Amino acid sequence: MSNPQQLRYSKEHEWLSAAEDGVATIGITEFAANALGDVVYAQLPEVGSTVTAGEECGELESTKSVSDLYSPVSGEVTEINEDVVSDPSLVNSAPFEGGWLFKVRVTDEPADLLSADEYTQLAG
Amino acid sequence: MTNTPRLTALDAVHRALGATMTDFAGWDMPLRYGSERDEHNAVRTKAGLFDLSHMGEITVTGPEAVKVLDYALVGNIGTIGVGRARYTMICQEDGGILDDLIVYRLGETEYMVVANASNAQVVLDAVTERAAGFDAEVRDDRDAYALIAVQGPESPGIVKSLTDADLDNLKYYAGLPGTVAGVPALIARTGYTGEDGFELFIKPEHAVELWEALTKAGEAAGLVPAGLSCRDTLRLEAGMPLYGHELTTSLTPFDAGLGRVVKFEKEGDFVGRAALEAAAERAATNPPRKLVGLIAEGRRVPRAGFSVVAGGEVVGEVTSGAPSPTLGKPIAIAYVDAAHAEAGTSGVGVDIRGTHEAYEVVALPFYKRQK
Repeated sequence: MSNPQQLRYSKEHEWLSAAEDGVATIGITEFAANALGDVVYAQLPEVGSTVTAGEECGELESTKSVSDLYSPVSGEVTEINEDVVSDPSLVNSAPFEGGWLFKVRVTDEPADLLSADEYTQLAG
Repeated sequence: MTNTPRLTALDAVHRALGATMTDFAGWDMPLRYGSERDEHNAVRTKAGLFDLSHMGEITVTGPEAVKVLDYALVGNIGTIGVGRARYTMICQEDGGILDDLIVYRLGETEYMVVANASNAQVVLDAVTERAAGFDAEVRDDRDAYALIAVQGPESPGIVKSLTDADLDNLKYYAGLPGTVAGVPALIARTGYTGEDGFELFIKPEHAVELWEALTKAGEAAGLVPAGLSCRDTLRLEAGMPLYGHELTTSLTPFDAGLGRVVKFEKEGDFVGRAALEAAAERAATNPPRKLVGLIAEGRRVPRAGFSVVAGGEVVGEVTSGAPSPTLGKPIAIAYVDAAHAEAGTSGVGVDIRGTHEAYEVVALPFYKRQK
């Protein structure tokens, strides 16, 4: 699998797009989606709520388990992906594209976000 | 037990197929090859191919083989005809369930007991100990067999295309020796999916050859390799118990709603008889919790160990739960206090990480195939 070069990554297997007008898009990586198996339910943070880098902000249920969703950055949630809410399998079929999860107006980001190459080394 | 996982004879095949592997009872087994939901749906509508070589085979032979099994197990083994199979259990002296089993009668005085991988050693030890004094031999045949299952509505056609065996007259819970794709096999019409299907007990050295022949023969019919993940959701929908979840040593077959497997009418004593008679009485007069099905009204998935709640009180515990591909909703099997166990009981929920989610109480199974 290949992790898009233009994204940055967290050690919790989230990806983060470059911010446009201060708003970044967040999702989970293909590695994470494969590890979860078929995602059947996504509980995403509420629009308008504040998320904190490294803290849980939702959950993803798959056939075998439930996993906490972490935000890779801090800020205000401006939008969630309603397509994923109604069809969580998008997380598996297009984790870097149609399966994005939520957008955040970034107020703070940790210093240890990874580049695509660094993340690829971590996730294998 | 060593820490190195055991590999089945099909290990290289699974890896070549890109399977996600998982440790299961000390075995490295395929969890899924792609989407477990697609694999599940293939078994319900077409066919799936499973490697079940982790299952534990124990052979009991000799003039008193049947007496050993009638004493060691709770079922009436003496009534199993040659070529037939029976679902049964092995219990402790106190009635607690050691394992659920399928016993195949392979010949006049030859039986094969198939135990769960996680319990194979326990069952082997118990049957060996209980065989003392009988004229019979108990043999550990775990390494003598690989086990490949073909399950799903297309499975009869697929297996038929590779064998001359008379599958039309092979009933559910029957087994006959034959040849499949040139490989000698015990062909059993058994399974753990709620679908029609076959389990093929073969020598491990023939496993790859048979797997490949079945893959090819099933291609047009939509057969896909299927992992343990979908096997679990298939059996859950079919309301079939899983040892370690619905069945444990702290429960008797009567507690699990499976008292019918205990045959008090059989001749002679058997291990657990006295305790099981008391358990039967208790289940008839003052039942403890009952095993029920739960269907979610929402989308959050109940998992084993979650509390079942009603009116703010804990009234039961989930033993298995998963998103059901067939129903399109989360489902669970749970032990629930008798007062809340009737199908249609309202106000029952599951505590999912602090939130009480509403659930409908239903009778098991969730899914029954149309015959």
